[in-house]
Amino acid sequence: MAVIDHEAELARAGANVRGPLSSILFFARSYPLGALGALIMLAFVATAVFADAITAFDPLTTNAHDSLAPPGDRHTLGADFMGRDVLARIIYGARISLAVGLGATALGCLGGMIVGLMSGYFGGWLDLTVQRLMDIMQSLPLLVMALVMAASLGPSLTNTIIAIAIPLVPNVARVIRSSTLALREMPFVEAARAVGMSETRIAITHVLPNTLAPLIVLATAQLGSAILVESALAFLGLGVPEPHPSWGRMLSESAAEYVRTAPWLVIFPGVAISAVVFGTNLLGDAIRDMLDPRQRF
Amino acid sequence: MGAYLVRRFLLMVLTLFGMSVLIFVMLRLVPGNITDIIFDSAGFVNPAKKAAIERQLGLDQPIVTQYITWMAGLARGDLGYAFVSEKPALDEILPRIPVTAKLAVLALAFSVLFGVPLGVISAVRQNTGLDYVLRVVSLSGLSLPSFWLGLLILMACVHWFGWIPIYRSSPDNFWQEIALLSIPAAAVGFRSSALVMRLTRSSMLEVLRQDYIRTARAKGASEPSVNYDHALRNAVLPVVTVIGIEAAFLVGGLIVTETVFNIPGVARFLVEAIRWRDYPIVQNLVMFIAIIVVMVNFIVDMAYAALDPRIKYEE
Repeated sequence: MAVIDHEAELARAGANVRGPLSSILFFARSYPLGALGALIMLAFVATAVFADAITAFDPLTTNAHDSLAPPGDRHTLGADFMGRDVLARIIYGARISLAVGLGATALGCLGGMIVGLMSGYFGGWLDLTVQRLMDIMQSLPLLVMALVMAASLGPSLTNTIIAIAIPLVPNVARVIRSSTLALREMPFVEAARAVGMSETRIAITHVLPNTLAPLIVLATAQLGSAILVESALAFLGLGVPEPHPSWGRMLSESAAEYVRTAPWLVIFPGVAISAVVFGTNLLGDAIRDMLDPRQRF
Repeated sequence: MGAYLVRRFLLMVLTLFGMSVLIFVMLRLVPGNITDIIFDSAGFVNPAKKAAIERQLGLDQPIVTQYITWMAGLARGDLGYAFVSEKPALDEILPRIPVTAKLAVLALAFSVLFGVPLGVISAVRQNTGLDYVLRVVSLSGLSLPSFWLGLLILMACVHWFGWIPIYRSSPDNFWQEIALLSIPAAAVGFRSSALVMRLTRSSMLEVLRQDYIRTARAKGASEPSVNYDHALRNAVLPVVTVIGIEAAFLVGGLIVTETVFNIPGVARFLVEAIRWRDYPIVQNLVMFIAIIVVMVNFIVDMAYAALDPRIKYEE
């Protein structure tokens, strides 16, 4: 199987890489901003996974006494109208963001990969039909498509993931298709055909692994937009329903009216969304520079 | 050229036809229409009354008949009646377009005015401190949700001026309206300006490495002349495409920003209609957005081909 070996590429480029630890250090030294992004993502994932260990508050417990309590000793980041701890809701909200972001990106990339590979490798009428279908899906902005999908599927965690994943498919399919078109003409594909491999097997074992580099670049870019779209859907009241604490919905509950009276309800959830998306963007840029040297500047 | 135009046009029509089928099916795929929402909230269901309303709205017809009715209406310029307000859908949609259009134009102007110059500066000073700062700023522009940025702007206005720039339905004059709209437009345009800036930067860097730039330097052209006369003119081409595409995709930012600033535009109206399953409004508005996106793409392609003589039409 012909796949580009990144370890070997790094070694050839003069990097002193032995084992995973030194390649991580190499990455951090070459892409300091990317390493910062990776740290932010690590903190985000850890927050989501260990949410119950980090905060003593339950994100759903209401307490009339603490209604709209400002940030202070008891509630570090204040409490909302129903007296729920804002910090706890942000910490548990990381789970929703992570689930929807990763879920939608993974689903969208998987769908786009299958569609793009089939359409690029087999070509013909299949390719034509699929391309027209992708044209249709791309004639609506991501948020509008996700809004209509979310509304027609109904509010639930799974449906939100699907509603965001489907509009991501055309972007991924386009990229995979174009790299498949180039790979299809490579000598190693011809060699595999010469030894009598079936076309489907060639597509899966020889072409697919070589499309992974652009796929990873694309996936990190999509992760940020998936998280942003999730928060926008929740903000508009069409995202993940109660009782899940979602960052976007924390803002819609608090919007306009709390801008005057309880700014902590507006500031902190937005900081959480922006920090995580900023992390994915930093990491995404570094990964793109690393895997796609044509775009490196 | 003529054949290419015709082919592109036919593809455009095909795409829009596909979109109309897709949106129509998607809205009706899942059980539950406006009558369910109305009767759910009433808590009491009289099946005969519900059926009567469904008949009145045409929801009892087979889906194919409903689709043909819609298309036939579109051909006559009749968009049907809005379920919620019971007014003609066209009368509901048309008056809301100007505000959204003004907002979109302002946001686009904002993104070009900031994005292009900052992108050029960032490229010319590549790998300096200024470049790093600008790159981080542009990346953060892509990371802030535009509705949160809108809320922060509202908060700043309240804090410093004790006043909220909420859009009133009848501003006194054109300039006052523009001034009022420029605040939400900045919230929408910030994200696009970040995108435009990143593209200008990378496009500029690519051009700056070309041989003719070295030639320009070698013949003694001044640094500003090299950067602006020789490089920028060529670097700006790909940016034009993106600005065109961005124009259509501003819609996402417009939806949330109109909600935050309470602007009675068409983007916020779409969300309300989606919540109520107001089919005539949703399907016509979605088609309207799709038509704009597809047309903008078409115009950008044409403009690109006209501006760059290297692009040929044959295939």
